[in-house]
Parts: sequence; structure tokens; C-alpha cells
Amino acid sequence: MPVSTTPQGQPIWQRRTTRAQWLQYLAWLAGVSLFLLCWKVISDNTMWVFVEDAGRQGADLISRMTPPKWGYANVLWKPMWDTINIATLGTALGIIMAFPVAFLAARNTTPHPLIRSAALMVIVSSRSINSLIWAMLLVTILGPGVLAGIIAIALRSIGFVGKLLYEAIEEIHPTPVEAISATGASRMQVMNYGVLPQVMPAFAGISVYRWDINIRESTVLGLVGAGGIGLQLNASINSLAWDQVSVIFIMIFATVLVSEWVSARVRHAII
Amino acid sequence: MLTLSGVGKRYPTGDRALTDIELTLPKGQVMALIGPSGAGKSTLIRCVNRLVEPTQGSIRLEDTELTTLSGHKLRHARRSMGMIFQEYALVDRLTVMENVLSGQLGYVGFWRSFLRRYPQEAVVEAFRLLERVGLTHAIDKRADALSGGQRQRVGIARALLQSPKLLLVDEPTASLDPKTSRQIMRLIRELCAERELAAIINIHDVALAQQFADRIVGLRAGEIVFDGLPSELDSEMLTTIYGEEEWDTTPEPIDDEAANEEPVSPPYARVMSAIEAGAAR
Repeated sequence: MPVSTTPQGQPIWQRRTTRAQWLQYLAWLAGVSLFLLCWKVISDNTMWVFVEDAGRQGADLISRMTPPKWGYANVLWKPMWDTINIATLGTALGIIMAFPVAFLAARNTTPHPLIRSAALMVIVSSRSINSLIWAMLLVTILGPGVLAGIIAIALRSIGFVGKLLYEAIEEIHPTPVEAISATGASRMQVMNYGVLPQVMPAFAGISVYRWDINIRESTVLGLVGAGGIGLQLNASINSLAWDQVSVIFIMIFATVLVSEWVSARVRHAII
Repeated sequence: MLTLSGVGKRYPTGDRALTDIELTLPKGQVMALIGPSGAGKSTLIRCVNRLVEPTQGSIRLEDTELTTLSGHKLRHARRSMGMIFQEYALVDRLTVMENVLSGQLGYVGFWRSFLRRYPQEAVVEAFRLLERVGLTHAIDKRADALSGGQRQRVGIARALLQSPKLLLVDEPTASLDPKTSRQIMRLIRELCAERELAAIINIHDVALAQQFADRIVGLRAGEIVFDGLPSELDSEMLTTIYGEEEWDTTPEPIDDEAANEEPVSPPYARVMSAIEAGAAR
């Protein structure tokens, strides 16, 4: 905080020193230059011929997609049901595995720093791999089908639920935990009475939120053969049946809308 | 009954919270512990039930040396020391009954407590205690639906359900209005008399301490500077404990609640040591 004095003896206050101000201008200049440089590189690597008729191509695609082939919807009910099952069972499985991992990963409940590192490792590795990639791996191991999808969703959910839950555990009030410890409760009883009630709302909210995300993720798992509506999507795109693709899009959109509504209602009811 | 000799506590940050505390508490005595914020009052009572680990000295409850206990034995010893907290430390999302029954956690196994299947005698005792503290109507309410005074009564019932020999009371009235404060202090006092409990009560309010305690101990910068009857506490003594102030013109010293009692130590660290010390499994 630079303070100087005017010749009249009054103190002057400025937010930054002159030096800091110039450094800030310089940082802005560097940032803007980098942005423009990137812009140029991207522009040089784009084939503008293709972009120029993008509008026409887009219009063409839309004209092929309309009118949607509504009759195709009858084929889709079963895959859609599979998709919802993949999401729901996968989320449930993920939550069951994430719950203990979160308690091991939270600084205030972990039994040992080494175990904490291991639990964090589990969370990070689960998070760093997208469910589509998990599904690809699992399809090669387990063969194509719904099971691979469920496990892919579960593996991806461990990291998400585990991370948010352990952060919630680290933010609890310490005094009730102290009070429960002071009664002579065992470690597990302290978790059950002191910690769990405090993180329950967060836990429920996180779980429903992840289910909501998983509904969306499971719609694409079929692209790699892991079951659900993605299989039909892939087949329709490959056979250029764009009027079927539009029906699938509409169904996915409707399902996601319903899942948003359900999760909002559930979250509202719990919290 | 409770004997502290040479007890000291130094936090890992280097702050000395307690130095060479010598204190003997006979059965049935209600002792008030006064002193400015940061004098080590909270640390002292937390050293007794090992929510804070003393770094020096010995603490004996009857024939048990508390400072060396760990695991199952420590939990066993904690059962006989009920603790009452400033901010009540109830579990907000549990009901009043669950909060009171959590006083039994040291006596029942994990699954019984998890399924809330407490022994019938414990439930009967819980009902009796809730009636004694005047909360029969609130049994099924959630703890966060109660007023401050009511919550402190739940905290008292929880501590008593442990069937303790000793009560450790940390600023029971700091968050309460003057009338409720007096009611709570009177209740603690009566319950101690009924059950012949000894109690250490940390308190900021010197007038309340003088009115309700048998004995007053003054703590300043981690050392005992006064130990005597409430009537012996005069303004000269208060100056020794709290520092210079016109004691006669302000009969009740103004609480400095904003000041943090504990030296810098993140809250989770305190919880960790509490859990670790009590962990048998």
C-alpha cells in the first residue's frame, strides 16, 4: 500500500505502487498478445473452404433430419430403459464404493495419512478417466453389453462422489464430534453420531446430482458398445438415417429433462 | 477425587497453554475456573478428558492415571467424565432423544447404537433426565429446533446419561441470556448436589461463578494465580487474574467472546486427536 505525501503535507494513497501498476499493464499486454497469437494459429490451420458452406451443410443436415421418423421410437423404448438402468445401477454401485473411500480420504476422519494418500489416489484415478474411456476398456474386457456400461458409470462416479463427499466431511463442525468423543464413543460411533448426520444432506445431494449426470453420460456409452440408446444412435449415424437420429435426440432430451426434474425434486425434499 | 499434578500443555506451534498446574478436586465439589480469554481454561478441562493431550504431568481420576490411557481404556475412563459445551455441541440433525442417548455410546456396542436399540434401563433413565431438565415435550424435536437454553439442557442430560463422577463444563452460559444463564447454572449446581458430582466449570461471568461455585480458581496465562472461596475473591485479586480495571464500577466484567480461546490449531486437528485417542478399532 503505497503512501506518499503531497508538497502541502497531505498523505496520498494509491492502490498500487507505480512499479506494480506497470507490471500489471505488461501482464495484460502479454495475455492479449498470446490470445491473438493463438487466434492466428487456429485460423491458419482451418480449411476455410469447408467453413464457408457450413450454413448450407447445416441446413442440409436439418432437412434430412426432419420430419423425424416417429415410428422408430417403438424400437427405442427398450434401449432407453437400458440406459436409465445403466445410470441408476451404476450410480448406486459407485456410491457404495465412494462412501468408505470418502471417509478414508477426509483429513479429519482418515485413520492414517498413508491410507489417506491411497484413498485420494483412488479418487484421482477414477476422476481422470472419462466414463466413455472406462466403457471402452471394459467392453474389451467384459465384452459388449449393459454390464460394461454399469461398471464404467460406477467407476467414474467413485471419484466424483468421493471427492465432493470428503470435502463435505472436512467442512463439518468439530464441536459435535468432540462432544461425541467425550462420551467415550468408539471411532465408528463417532462417525455414526458425530460426522454422518452432518454430511447426510450433502451426501444425498451429491448422489442425486451424480445420477442426473450419469443419465446423460450413459446415453453415449453405446457408441463404444456398452449398451443403451447409444448403440442405436451409432447404428443410425453409420447408416445415414438422420430421421432416426433426430428421434433419438428428442428422446434423450426428454429423458434428461425428466431426470433434471426428478433430481431437483429429490434434492428439495432431502435438504 | 481428581488430582492434577505438574500438568503442562505446549501446542505444536510453540504456544504454552498451561504451565505446572497443581489442582485437587474432592468429591462433590463445584469449582469455577475463571480467567481471561486465552488463559488456558478450555485447554485445562480438555486435558482432563484428553480431547487435548497434555504434554507434561499427571492427571488422576480416583485411582486411574488418565494421561497414559489409550484405546479402549481411554474410552472407558471418558464415560465417567461428562462434558458440557459452550455452543452446546449437539448433533443438529438428530432428535433430542438421540442426542441424549448418545451419552450412552461408551456403554453400548456399535450395532446397537447404529440401530438405536439402547438398553431399556438407559431409555428409562433418558426419559427421567429429560423430565428433570424440563424437556419432556421436546423429545421428538430435532436439536436445531430448540432455543439456546433448551439445547444446553439437552447437553446436560446427555452428559448425565453417562453416569459420570465428574462434570467438565466449558463456558455453559456464554451464549445465553442472563436469566437463562442463571437457570442453567442453578440446574448444574442442583444436579451436582443430587448426584454428588464434582464439577469444573469454566466461566467468564465472575458474578455467576461467585454465586454458584464452592471454590474459585483463577487462571492467567496458563498458571493458577488464585485458588480460594468465592468470598475471598476481591477486586485486587481480579486485577491479578484479568489485569487492571475499575472492578467496583463494573460489577460484571464484560465478556470478550470474540477472542478465540484456543491458540492457532486448525479445528480438524483437534477433532483428529480426539478421534485418534479414542480409537480402539
